[in-house]
Amino acid sequence: MTPAPPAPHTLALPDSRAHVSLWDAGNGPPVLCLHGFHGLPAWQPWLGALSARFRVIAPQQPGFGDSTGAEHLDDFLGLALCYADLLAALKLDRVAIVGHDLGGAIACELSALYPRLVSKLVLVAPLGLWDDAHPVTDFFALTNPELVRLSWHDANAALERGAYRVPHTDEEKRADYLDRVKALSTAGKYLWPIPDKGLKKRLHRIQAPALLVWGTSDKIVPPSYATLFQRSLRDARVVEIPHAGHLPMLEQPERFLPPVQEFLSA
Amino acid sequence: MRFHWFHLMPYPALPADFSQKHRSVWVDVPSSLFDPATGHRMYNEYIDELEEAARAGFDSICVNEHHQNAYGLMPSPNIIAGALARSTKNVAIAVLGNSIALYNPPVRVAEEFAMLDVISGGRLIAGFPLGTSMDTTYAYGQTPATLREKYNEAHDLILRAWTEREPFAFNGKYTQLRYVNIWPRPLQKPHPPVWVPGAGSVETWHWTAERDYLYAYLSFMGYKRGEHVLKGYWEAMAKRGKDANPYRAGFLQICAVANTDAEAERLYAPHAEYFFDTCLHIAPAFADAPGYRSLASIQAGLASGFGRGTPADNPKLTWKDLIEGGYIVAGSPQSVRQQLADVAKRLHVGHMLLLLHFGDMPRETTSINTTLFAREVLPHLRPLWSEWEDRWYPKPLAAAGPP
Repeated sequence: MTPAPPAPHTLALPDSRAHVSLWDAGNGPPVLCLHGFHGLPAWQPWLGALSARFRVIAPQQPGFGDSTGAEHLDDFLGLALCYADLLAALKLDRVAIVGHDLGGAIACELSALYPRLVSKLVLVAPLGLWDDAHPVTDFFALTNPELVRLSWHDANAALERGAYRVPHTDEEKRADYLDRVKALSTAGKYLWPIPDKGLKKRLHRIQAPALLVWGTSDKIVPPSYATLFQRSLRDARVVEIPHAGHLPMLEQPERFLPPVQEFLSA
Repeated sequence: MRFHWFHLMPYPALPADFSQKHRSVWVDVPSSLFDPATGHRMYNEYIDELEEAARAGFDSICVNEHHQNAYGLMPSPNIIAGALARSTKNVAIAVLGNSIALYNPPVRVAEEFAMLDVISGGRLIAGFPLGTSMDTTYAYGQTPATLREKYNEAHDLILRAWTEREPFAFNGKYTQLRYVNIWPRPLQKPHPPVWVPGAGSVETWHWTAERDYLYAYLSFMGYKRGEHVLKGYWEAMAKRGKDANPYRAGFLQICAVANTDAEAERLYAPHAEYFFDTCLHIAPAFADAPGYRSLASIQAGLASGFGRGTPADNPKLTWKDLIEGGYIVAGSPQSVRQQLADVAKRLHVGHMLLLLHFGDMPRETTSINTTLFAREVLPHLRPLWSEWEDRWYPKPLAAAGPP
């Protein structure tokens, strides 16, 4: 039986002038989960599974969902400082981080800036690098049907198994559209027009061992980027998730969770 | 009432199956479709058309800025305006305008506009559009969420560069300059009239009202949609204590004049079809980059039921649809006179911008449209709004133009 989703609460980060809404659930070593450009509108089952063994801290990033403060953030430096503030507010001096695309880039920047703050890094299809031969899909310039199609290995199967839901009423469609615009607008502040803001010059500073997780049919960030990250990180290995696209933790949780839990527990 | 002749400079030779084969006429339209020899002929004919409009008695001739756009071939409208400053007299030259967030540093616009104003003898109308999503965020890579902030900063810098008498330092977020000191400075004092072309964003209305600039609603959707947008604009003006002077608003209307209604359809329908079916084939995602519009503007659009709306939402509009939907005002001179008088009153606009060349219209057809409009329509509507003072039109030197 799935445990009931935890209730979110709001954390004030005065130095970042942000109010962050976050889920904080489970007991065990702390794991900070940083969502990607899709946002984290609700608690997700894979977070629930992780919280059986870890303390899962999953914020909505400033400018996404109910969290505020993006208007004071201009770049990854501001974001990294914001998460250092968040960990200080939670009185945590060392955490593991799971970061997905935008969240992966933030996790890398934070780890480069504060190497001792981060014990382990799980990077799920992270953004932050650029390869002319394999450009990242311009996910900002997609209609929603295109974005849905490109986000999954098999969008219909993912829908059937409840990995995402489609809004039905006009009210739901409107709310869904506004949420998406808000999320992408905020992500655009850090990633527009090309998601390379110099991370390649800083990756080598990261001391935490990293696990790179990629869906083999990721049509947003090509799996070839795993090699680029691996080349610059001191200690990184790659796990490929078959039958998964850009959201392996939602599309193939039973393939995604074991290697991630094993890495975080080791 | 004033009348302005507006050119988009569309590429006239896109293939018939363009909209089936390509994603968008703008941003990623393959430049292999552009033939420079055709372009050479096109530019020179289009400049001839603007010059003809000046001689015919229009109050201004208008150029505008687009990038990577097969229906707007003026990445630098200032080049065309420079040619027109030399080849015309007395007519105002409206550059509508320069997307000032795209110039680095933005004093470049202060300088070029000052050059145009001085060369033309004070005939410049300075347009400062935010710029479309396609131009600014996709073609020129600007971050959507901060575009307006960058635009506002560029505006402040340009206005100070035009009006301050001593060199000054400018410490902006997007532009830092130790010495701002432009040569030349504009001829018109304190500066050329500023027009702000827009697409209906509430932020633009508020910003324009605060500075007492002219707001020009430029869309190709015609007067039915225009009436809705201008209603919002005038309400916003009233809320800010601004008078209802119709000259603080401009509106663009596509127009087609012939001797009879039937002849109008025969002459202009094929070019309207090219314009609406081929030229306006814009990928929806390019038209509205996330963050380009504020959530407030998006919500206002959703609430109104109008949204952003492009003709692509209703594919394949017939000539009849275009007329009935108000996209095009067409017909005999008498019919166009009546329709436009009605539009001007309903929208309460003192500056009517006319798109008399559209799509792949050839030179001789454009000439018919321009001549008939100037001779048979314009003089009849001229007296409208004579009780109001137009404070948004250039004040040139006497007999401004080349000797």
